[in-house]
Amino acid sequence: MTTTPTAADGPTGAGADDAPAPAGPRGPGRAASVAVYVLGRLLTAIVSLFAVIVAGFFLFRILPGDPVRAMTEGREVTAEQREELRRQFGLDQPLWLQFLDYAKGLLHFDLGVSFQYREPVADLILERLGPTLLLAGTGTIIAALLGLFLGTRAGWRPGGRGDRINTAVALFFWSVPTFWLGLLLIVLLASGRGFMPGLFPTGGMVDPTLTGPVERALSTAQHMVLPIVTMVAVIYAQYLMIMRSSLMDEKGADYLTTARAKGLRDALVRRRHAVPNALLPTVTLIFLNLGQVVSGVILVETVFSWPGLGQLFYSGLQVPDIGLVQGLFVVFAASVILMNLLADLVYPLLDPRVRP
Amino acid sequence: MSAPTGSVPGPRPEPPTGPEPTAGRSPRSLARRRRREALLRFAREYARNRAGMFGLVSLLVIGALALTAPLFIDQTHLTVTGAPGDPFQPPGGDHPLGTDNFGRSVLDLIIWGARVSLTVGLLATFVSVSLGTLAGITAGHFGSSGGTGGRVVASIIMRVTDWFLVLPTLVLAVALAAVLPRGTGTIILAIGLTVWPATARLVRAQTLAVEARPYVERARALGGGHAHVMGWHVLPNVMPVVLAQTTLLVATSIIAESTLAFLGMGDPTTISWGALLQAARTSGAISAGIWWYIVPPGLAIAVVALSFTLCGRAVEAVINPRLRRRS
Amino acid sequence: MSGLLDVRDLNVTYTSGAGDVPAVRGVDLSLEPGDTLGVAGESGSGKSTVALALLRLLPAGTRVTGRILLEGEDVLTMKWGRLRAVRWVGASVVFQGAMHSLNPVRRIGDQIAEPLLVHGTVPAKRVEERVAELLEQVGLPASRAQDHPHRLSGGQRQRVMIAMALACEPRLIIADEATTALDVMIQAQILALLERLVEENGIGMLMISHDLSVLSATCKRVAVMYAGRIVEEGPAHQVVHDPAHPYASALSAAFPKIGDPASRLAPRGLPGDPPDPADPPSGCAFRPRCAMVETVCATVDPPLWPVRPDAVGHSERRAACVHVGSGRDGIEGASTPGETSTEETSR
Repeated sequence: MTTTPTAADGPTGAGADDAPAPAGPRGPGRAASVAVYVLGRLLTAIVSLFAVIVAGFFLFRILPGDPVRAMTEGREVTAEQREELRRQFGLDQPLWLQFLDYAKGLLHFDLGVSFQYREPVADLILERLGPTLLLAGTGTIIAALLGLFLGTRAGWRPGGRGDRINTAVALFFWSVPTFWLGLLLIVLLASGRGFMPGLFPTGGMVDPTLTGPVERALSTAQHMVLPIVTMVAVIYAQYLMIMRSSLMDEKGADYLTTARAKGLRDALVRRRHAVPNALLPTVTLIFLNLGQVVSGVILVETVFSWPGLGQLFYSGLQVPDIGLVQGLFVVFAASVILMNLLADLVYPLLDPRVRP
Repeated sequence: MSAPTGSVPGPRPEPPTGPEPTAGRSPRSLARRRRREALLRFAREYARNRAGMFGLVSLLVIGALALTAPLFIDQTHLTVTGAPGDPFQPPGGDHPLGTDNFGRSVLDLIIWGARVSLTVGLLATFVSVSLGTLAGITAGHFGSSGGTGGRVVASIIMRVTDWFLVLPTLVLAVALAAVLPRGTGTIILAIGLTVWPATARLVRAQTLAVEARPYVERARALGGGHAHVMGWHVLPNVMPVVLAQTTLLVATSIIAESTLAFLGMGDPTTISWGALLQAARTSGAISAGIWWYIVPPGLAIAVVALSFTLCGRAVEAVINPRLRRRS
Repeated sequence: MSGLLDVRDLNVTYTSGAGDVPAVRGVDLSLEPGDTLGVAGESGSGKSTVALALLRLLPAGTRVTGRILLEGEDVLTMKWGRLRAVRWVGASVVFQGAMHSLNPVRRIGDQIAEPLLVHGTVPAKRVEERVAELLEQVGLPASRAQDHPHRLSGGQRQRVMIAMALACEPRLIIADEATTALDVMIQAQILALLERLVEENGIGMLMISHDLSVLSATCKRVAVMYAGRIVEEGPAHQVVHDPAHPYASALSAAFPKIGDPASRLAPRGLPGDPPDPADPPSGCAFRPRCAMVETVCATVDPPLWPVRPDAVGHSERRAACVHVGSGRDGIEGASTPGETSTEETSR
């Protein structure tokens, strides 16, 4: 007999066919396993976060040798000023004490002081958080919708005309540097010299001369168009390629044959059966690649002078304002880790197989 | 007759070639021939991929231009003081792509910039692929056949890899570039040290697949040590995947180079495509609508990145017909 | 011409970049309502391709010729709309390996309800009730509708598959390796269930399996396929216990027969592999592995002959081998060997 009981039987085993409920635990046991799952993910995130803090400390306090020199690079400073800075930033203490201080501060969301603005880094970040969230959120959502939609189209009929065009366009955008696309849009649509002069503002978030809330909102929307277009163009391409290949992987799946045999029309087979399954690896990869959204935000904000964290980061780099850059480094990394934690917690809702 | 006549050439070649024909070819020459055939088959398959050929040809042309640039570009014309034209001359005449804010020919700058951009892209890729391959093979090998200690090492490597994978690459690279001394070497290091995790994951997966094959089992049973198994059996089998990944990574690295240069992390005196765009921005070319200073460098980056991407996808398609997803 | 299913000269060719690969070559099958027919063969013999071809479920670009009459209507020439209406209502499929044939991310109840809703079999508000009824029919509690496939064992998933296949009360069920990869006890349960349901509802069943013993237990008639052709066909008991074609005997010998110690003590395997369908041997496709091969086998690909022309009911038992019954005389008498069409002998 060539039957192999283990081949297709999943974790429960075929021997338990009519045994009662070979399924996972329910009731109180289930709640416990959910708690274990959540705690596990939380712990992983905390370890990652701790590693980020250590890395930030190492990167900005130890690697440059003398942080004060790095802080004051390119400026004339007297020895007294250096000593003053040293004392002010606690650099005269032993390294482990410095780290402890730093870590303790982080617990109270104290990210240090910006050398350039002479203000707590945390305050600067809070001030700029809104614009960045607006830009990154809108951009990511549009890019995800567009990329998933086009990727589904392309992946369902690979090699077809639609697929070839979609893939070619996506590959082109993928190969283009984000900031260059932004510069190009400014030259074309905002510089006053391009072929559609002054259609959009060149930078900023809102026209400062406006006062009414409606006018200001409209002005913000107008200011957002080019940054969003730039972000979407570069990010959607990646989502498209991921969704396309996920769907191509699913295309041969047996359950699609079942769905077709049931008499479902092609669009329904795709929408109800193929896409929900293809979305699983796609969502994972999208969250794994969130770091690239951060990169996109930094570049787009820099190019369009959008008053957000990315621009703050850029301005910190130019000085260089090590305290500010270090704080932003931790915040950017932490936000990506947080989003990944969120993805881990949300993923079981999408995929019943990994539900605890 | 019985006296040995050393001058007679006839029977001399006999002893060395004697065992050869009877035992067939030596295993080494056999392996070499098999490798040559595989290479030929690869080339034939690759040639059938039109996008891949397009990428390859365009890379060859750009590479040739970059290598021979000193032959037809006068380097003094690339200095700020030796600029041959007036500032911001539109395209035409002596300067097919116009001039920059110092009056240097944009076309010359682009061709010269290819040297730095390609060098940085290739070297950064080399650093990251070496790192990624080392981490991937080590994690894969010790994860599958390293005992308890090995498995701990492997899982630590993978944890670190995952951690790097999640971090925003650009932020990390910029941070590195900001704290290290300014220069091309720093840029290479900053990119190389941040983009390796994807390679490591890929190589690890491939290593696990190779390690499960019977001949690796046999090599281990015959007493092959870790170094032997990793170097002789795993590495050659991982190479095709690494090759495809390398080609794709060059595109990423070139874009990353331009990005770092644009953010002002590069050496301002070197001419690279990213540095040109940075210069265009700081010289006010954007608001003045000097498109010929902005379009060509970006287009150059896009063409080279696209070419590498097309080559990489073609290689991937040849070695693994079921296209893998890109992460 | 049969009532329920009548397949004539079915040819399926997979087209790929490397060239055409014939997977099914001139297969005839017929089934009366309420009847059971088994199709046996190794993997690669084309039996699953036949199953998929019956509802035109093969991948795009596959060439299918011949005639597939389902209740008198040719499936191969149907318009798409009509084909969709016929799928699952005219004939439904119990697929092999129920793990992958069920959508992993959708609830079982929804998957069973889907054809009911698509075909409007029952009013929308009665769907839930019908799903519960179907689950109970296959011996599963109705509460299972809320579960996802991975929470069920292999046997339970196969039961779900059967419940699903019964949903629209089809006249024909195609069971494609429905019990493969299940443990022997579960296999027996599932077979008994299928048998009972088919009998109770008067459904015709086409059962496809590599396991002759399964088919002999369930089906009235059995056809044995090799390299895309039917090489022997007849009443199940006779084909299994007294095979005429050398391949059928090898296949039959590969499975232990209950109460026959010889088969247990000396299990006979079949040496070699099935032929490459892209490059089949000349003459009889089984020639390279056949113990009774003769020179004539290299030139002649014999059609299905009656096994014992003199015996009563000879038309029921046919095999495609030069050693069989009138085969030898037929070959020697025929002017163009191998050209004798299957239609001729089947009449």
